Amino acid sequence: MLIRYLSQIGRYFIMLKEVFSKPTKWSMMKQLILKEIDDLIIDSLGIVSFISFFVGGVVAIQTALNLTNPLIPKYLIGFATRQSVVLEFAPTFISIIMAGKMGSFITSSIGTMRVTEQIDALEVMGVNAVNYLVFPKIIALLLYPFVISLSMFLGILGGWIAAVYGGFASSPEFITGLQEDFIPFHIAYAFIKTISFAMILATIPSFHGFYMKGGALEVGKASTVSFVWTSVVIILVNYILTQLLLS
Amino acid sequence: MIEVKNLEKTFGDQKVLKGISTLFEAGKTNLIIGQSGSGKTVFLKSLLGIHTPEVGTISFDGRIYSELDKDEKRELRTEIGMVFQGSALFDSMTVEENVGFPLKMFTNKTTEEIKERVNIVINRVNLVDANHKKPSEISGGMQKRVAIARAIVNNPKYLFCDEPNSGLDPKTAIVIDNLIQEITEEYNITTVINTHDMNSVMEIGEKIVFLKNGLLEWEGSKREIFKTDNAAVTDFVYSSELFKKVRKMYLEEDNL
Repeated sequence: MLIRYLSQIGRYFIMLKEVFSKPTKWSMMKQLILKEIDDLIIDSLGIVSFISFFVGGVVAIQTALNLTNPLIPKYLIGFATRQSVVLEFAPTFISIIMAGKMGSFITSSIGTMRVTEQIDALEVMGVNAVNYLVFPKIIALLLYPFVISLSMFLGILGGWIAAVYGGFASSPEFITGLQEDFIPFHIAYAFIKTISFAMILATIPSFHGFYMKGGALEVGKASTVSFVWTSVVIILVNYILTQLLLS
Repeated sequence: MIEVKNLEKTFGDQKVLKGISTLFEAGKTNLIIGQSGSGKTVFLKSLLGIHTPEVGTISFDGRIYSELDKDEKRELRTEIGMVFQGSALFDSMTVEENVGFPLKMFTNKTTEEIKERVNIVINRVNLVDANHKKPSEISGGMQKRVAIARAIVNNPKYLFCDEPNSGLDPKTAIVIDNLIQEITEEYNITTVINTHDMNSVMEIGEKIVFLKNGLLEWEGSKREIFKTDNAAVTDFVYSSELFKKVRKMYLEEDNL
């Protein structure tokens, strides 16, 4: 069992090396990157916006409902919303949601190419199939911080609307909370995590799709396994980076 | 010309290819036949470089594959066209884009030049009004034609086909077989076809290689296959009543 996991990890790093060797012609790569930006980034904006807005609202309401002591200032609602959304919800939990949405799309699309011999066709032609399929995803996901920025903005906006229109705090109180004890490094920390998660989101699902064996049923299984492993790695990397950067 | 010498391939403790030697000549349709599990697919994949044989050599016009470096292997692969069993067309591309893919990838042709060559090849395989359709929007026979067009668009020296007419009706299968044979002669390509289909053997088998349990059991032309006494070949090729009658008639005519 352990040997199997170690050999899989080794294979994953060999795949990463292959991604950056023998690049595909730039004129082709340019089109592939644009297509991946559309599939992975643009197509994710709707669900990310929806989830972020409402979760931001829920964070604000729950914080407000837990502030039963009248001595605790109302601006803490804004403060808690900002901290929750910026530090954890937007970078980490949106990434786990994206492991399901983006990750399963990547695994199933590459896995389908594997079972229908399209990857064999690329390799027989002399194309570096790993570079052709995975590299554009990595480049497209360099725009992932933009998705997370949008998530942060909409999460806080959702919190503000829920707090103000729900009657839990006034707008100036909420905005005071947002500005209270602001540490700029927290933004850097959130984006360091985001870039790391973007790499994980592009490569782990690709690995599971590229090396899958079997037929259509196995494509489904590979997508599930890929979601589990992507989430596990995101959670572990989140812990390690938090320990390294914040403690 | 592809020359295979003493090819051996093992998976685990099972020897799948047991010292195969043969020669596939240019301008001829060479067929690999044999029962399921005889090693046909492993043989074809070894020729393509997908499997690496432990023993033996494969030489493409004097270039021994195992002695080539990485770049030379990639260069050689650009001279190979392959028609996969399931066509293996790229789902996200149109017919035109699928056919033009090798040109876009490996040549410095302009968009107009690529379009011109793509149209020539698409017309050559008799595809009509399909340029802007996706593979899922065309029939299995048309998909095979697109796969053939993609395989020959870059003027390959070697064409490999894995069960090119599987899943096709008999009429379309013969059309595809004849198309492959015409293209082979027209462009003087070394064509190797892996097939189960006895109609193909009778129709286009200029050289037939019969594999049994990983061994080359018999080789010869479609004329010679009628006359062979090899029991394994006759059992396999003439397993149906129809082919038994065809053989009988052929031998009677030949005696006259």
